[in-house]
Amino acid sequence: MVMILYFIVFGFLIAAVVGLLLSWLDRKVTARVQYRVGPPLLQPFIDIVKLLGKELLIPKGASKITFLLSPILGIVSIMIVSTLLCLVNIWPQKTFFGDLIVVLYFLVLPSLSIILGGFASCNPLASIGASREMKLVLAYELPFILAILVPVLKSGLTIKVGEILNYQLLNGAIIGSWSGALSFVIILLCTQAKLGLVPFDVAEAETELAGGALIEYSGPALAIFKLMKAMMLFVLPYFMTIMFLGGFNFSGLAFIKSLLGFVGIIVLIVVIRNTNPRLRIDQALRFFWGPMTVLATIAIILASLGL
Amino acid sequence: MSLKLKALLKSPWVFHLCVGGSCNNCDIEILDCLTPRFDIERFGMVLVGSIKHADVLLCTGSLTRKCRPRVEQLYEQAPKPIIVVAVGECALSRGMFMQSYNCPVPLDKVIPVDVYIPGCPPKPEAIIAGVVKAIEKIKASIKEKK
Repeated sequence: MVMILYFIVFGFLIAAVVGLLLSWLDRKVTARVQYRVGPPLLQPFIDIVKLLGKELLIPKGASKITFLLSPILGIVSIMIVSTLLCLVNIWPQKTFFGDLIVVLYFLVLPSLSIILGGFASCNPLASIGASREMKLVLAYELPFILAILVPVLKSGLTIKVGEILNYQLLNGAIIGSWSGALSFVIILLCTQAKLGLVPFDVAEAETELAGGALIEYSGPALAIFKLMKAMMLFVLPYFMTIMFLGGFNFSGLAFIKSLLGFVGIIVLIVVIRNTNPRLRIDQALRFFWGPMTVLATIAIILASLGL
Repeated sequence: MSLKLKALLKSPWVFHLCVGGSCNNCDIEILDCLTPRFDIERFGMVLVGSIKHADVLLCTGSLTRKCRPRVEQLYEQAPKPIIVVAVGECALSRGMFMQSYNCPVPLDKVIPVDVYIPGCPPKPEAIIAGVVKAIEKIKASIKEKK
C-alpha cells in the first residue's frame, strides 16, 4: 500500500510537475537565446490538458493494441525509475541489490516505446523515425553504460545506487575526480541523445520527418508521450545528480548547492541544444562509437588507477 | 467555459498548409509571426509538422483541382475540434486566379472555414488580429449555446 503511494507521489506527481516546469524552462531559455519572449509558465500544463481533451485517432492499418499501449509502457517505466531514484535519495540504506541495473534497463524503455509506437502506426515517416531511434539507442547505450561504470568502480564495485550515494557523502562528489568529470561529460551528451534533443534529434526531425515516430499520435496518446518526455527531462538530470553530484541534500545550504547543480545540468542541456545543428544518423553513430567510447574507456582506466 | 476549451484557446498548435497555387508570400508572412518581433509562442502557438497534432489548420493559396482531394483528406484526418483559418486573398476568393481553369471552387466551398484573414499578403499584425477573431468567435459560439 505504501509502495503504491510512493509510486503515485514520487513516480508521477513530482516527476510530472517538476518535469513540466523544466520543459517550460527549456522553452523559455530557447526563446531567450533566440531573442524572443517565450511562453508563459503554465504553458506545458495547458498543452497537456488540451491534448487530453482532443480526439484520439487510430490510423487505418495500424496495429491497435501496440499503438495504444506503447505510450503507457513508456510513461510507466519512467515512473518506476523516478520512484526508485527518489526513494534512494531519501533512504540510501533501503535499496535492494542491483537497483542501478534496474534503473539502466528502465531508462531504455521510453526509447523502446517510441520505437514500438512508430512501427505500429503504419506510416512511412514514422517507420523511418523509429528505425533512426533504434540506431540511436544502439549508438548511445555503449558509451552510456561504460561511463556509468566509473561511479561504480569509484565506490568500490557496488551496483547499489544507495552505496554510491553513501560513498559520495563520505568522500565528496564523484565529479570532483578526473575520471568522474570525464564520464560526466559523456553522460551529458548521452542524455542529450536519450532526451531526443538537438544535435541528436534525428528520430523526430521536424523539418525532414514532420514529427518522426510520433507523427500519427493525436489527443491523449500524444499527451502521454509529451508528458513522458517532460518527465525524462526531470529523471535523467536527476539520475546524473545522484551518480555524480551526490544527490539531493535536503538540509539548509547543501540543498541550494544541489539545486544549483541540478538546474545547471538542465541549462547546460538546453544551451547545447540551442547552439548545435542536427547530426545525421551516421554521424551520430560514429560520434558515439568513436570518440565517446574511447573517452569512456580512458575514464574507466583512470578510475581503476584511482584518479 | 469548460477547462478543455480554455486550454484549447490557450495553446492552439498550428498546421500550415499551402493549398496549391500561391506566390508563397503569405507563407513568409506567417513565418514572420514566429520571429522575435511578434513571437506568437507567447500565446502558446507553435507550428507542428503533422496534422494529427494540430488544432488550427492554416490554409494559404488558391485551391487547385489537384489539391482539392488532399485538402478534404487532411480535414478529415484532423483530430476534432479543429479551427480552419484562410490566410490571404487567394485562399479567400481565389484572387487573381478567379477565372483560371485550374481553380474551380474557393476553399470555403470545400471545407468549413472559421476565420478569414484578408490581404495580399496580410501583415503579421493582421494575422495575429485574425487569431484574436478566431478565439472570440469560439467564445461567442459557446455563449449562444448556453
